[in-house]
Amino acid sequence: MTESTLLPHIDETNAPFWAGCREGVLRIQQCPQSGRLMFPPRPLNSWEPRTPPVWREVSGRGHIWSVIEPHPPLMLNFSELAPYNAIIVALEEDETVRLVGNLVPAAGAAINRIDFDDIAIGAAVQVVFEKIDDDITLPRWVLTN
Amino acid sequence: MIKDRTAIAGIGQTEFGKKLAPSELQLACSAVLNALDDAGIDRSEVDGLASYTQESNSEVELARNLGLGDISWFGQVGYGGGAGPGVIGNLAMAVASGQCSVGVAWRSRKRASGAVRRPWSKSHSALTEDIAANYTRPFGVIRPVDEIALLTQRYLHEYGATRDHLANVALAQRRYANNNPAAMMYDKPMSRDDYMAARWIARPLCLFDNCLETDGALAAVIVSSERARDLKQPPVYIHAFAQGFHAQHQTMQNFFCEDPLRGPAWVAAKKLWQQSDIQASDIDVAQIYDAFTPLIPLSLEGYGFCARGEGAAFTEGGNLEPGGALPCNTSGGGLSEAYVHGFNLITEGVRQLRGSAINQVDNAQTCLVTGGEGVPTGALVLRR
Repeated sequence: MTESTLLPHIDETNAPFWAGCREGVLRIQQCPQSGRLMFPPRPLNSWEPRTPPVWREVSGRGHIWSVIEPHPPLMLNFSELAPYNAIIVALEEDETVRLVGNLVPAAGAAINRIDFDDIAIGAAVQVVFEKIDDDITLPRWVLTN
Repeated sequence: MIKDRTAIAGIGQTEFGKKLAPSELQLACSAVLNALDDAGIDRSEVDGLASYTQESNSEVELARNLGLGDISWFGQVGYGGGAGPGVIGNLAMAVASGQCSVGVAWRSRKRASGAVRRPWSKSHSALTEDIAANYTRPFGVIRPVDEIALLTQRYLHEYGATRDHLANVALAQRRYANNNPAAMMYDKPMSRDDYMAARWIARPLCLFDNCLETDGALAAVIVSSERARDLKQPPVYIHAFAQGFHAQHQTMQNFFCEDPLRGPAWVAAKKLWQQSDIQASDIDVAQIYDAFTPLIPLSLEGYGFCARGEGAAFTEGGNLEPGGALPCNTSGGGLSEAYVHGFNLITEGVRQLRGSAINQVDNAQTCLVTGGEGVPTGALVLRR
C-alpha cells in the first residue's frame, strides 16, 4: 500500500488535473487569450492575471528532459522500491512545460523496472496512468517508437 | 547605495560536529558572544538582529538570553541556503540607513542531530504548503538531492560535463578542509578513487556530492564603516549586495520555468555587478554556496566567471584550488567544513580579507560570497 503522506494534496485549484488523470487524460492549464500553457496548476493565469486560466487536454506525448536514480536513505515506501527512476518530461505542445514522473515498461508496472543506464534524454514518451486509490491516479510514462 | 558604508567588524562560531550537547539556542548565543568579543563591542550596544526564516531561535529568545537591551530593527530572509547573503545585506542596509547601529546576524542549526531538522522529511504538511511538491514527491523526487540531481543530469547532458568535474569540486574543497582543524572533514583525506567509489544518493550524484550534516552556529557583527575602522579587527567592507529570483521560479524544484539551467544566480549577479565597482574578473577568492557540487559550476556561470556551459570546464586545472584562478570555498565549505546554511562561507570570506584564513589566498582584496543556486538567492562582494 502506498504511504499516503507522499500522495498529492487535491484542492479546488488542482482538482481538474487529478480528475483528468482518473479519466485517463492529461489536462494542463492554459491562458485563453495567448494559448500559452502553465504548470504546475495555480489559481491565477500567470500570462493574463485578470483572466482565469482554462483547462486544456494535451496529447500526453513528450520527450525525456532529465533522469535520476534515487537511492536510500528515502521515505519508507520509496526505500522499498529503490533504486528506481524518476524523469522529467517536456511536453510536445510546449517543451518548456515539464512534468516529473517515472518511466515504466507498461501501465501499472513498478517504477524500478527500467534501469537508469537504459534511459536516454531526448527519448520520446507517452503518458499512461496508474490508479493508486479512489482519489489518486498518477501519470507515468512509457517509451514510444 | 550601501557601497562600502558598512563593514563586518566581528565574526564568531561554535565548534562544528554531530550531536553536540548544547541546544540550538545555546549554540546561537555562543556564536553571537564570540562575534561581539571578536569585534570588541559590548552586547549592550546591539540594536539590530537578523537571521533566516528557517532559524528556530527567535530574535526575542536570543535577546532575552543574551541580556540584550532595546532592539530597534530585526528581520529574516527566507529560502534556506539562499538566505545568507540576504541576511547580511539586509542588516547592512538597516545599519546604513540608521535603523540600527550595531547589527548581529546569526544562524544556528543542529542538522546532525536527527531527521527532524530536515525540512523535506516533514512530508505530511509539505504537500499542502508547497504547491510544486504535489507534482514531484508522489514520483519519488523527495529530497533536495533528488531535485538538484535532475538539474545536474540535464546539465551533464547539455554541456558534455562528467562526474570528474563534480569530483574536481569535491576534492578541491576536501583539500582545504584537510588543512582546517575546525572542519568536520579535517582528518579525512579523499582521493578521486574514493569519490568515484562512493555510494549513489541520487544518481548522477554520489555521497560526496552532498554537503555535510552539521551541528553548529555562526554569527557576524555589522556596524558603519566609520565605526569599524576604530575597532579591534581590520574592517571587511560590504561593497555590494543583491538578491534575486527569475520569472516562474519554483524553489528547489526549478524545472517548471523556461530555462532551468539559468537559475536565480543569474538575476542576483546582474544586480550585484551593477552595484559593484569590483567585477567578476577582479574577484580574488570566492565562497560559493555548495549544498551540492553541481551548484559550483552553475554558480560560476551565473556570476559570470565563465560563459554558460563552461562552469564544469572551469573546475579543471586546479582553478578552484590554492593558487588557482579562483580559489573557492577555502575553509572546505558546506561539503567539507560544515553545513550551516552557508554562514561559514560568510565568515571565511571575512577571514580571507583580514588575512587570517587558514588557507590564506595571498593578498586577497576582494571576495564574492553567494547563497544557494536553485532557490531565491543573494550575493555579497566583500573587500578589505
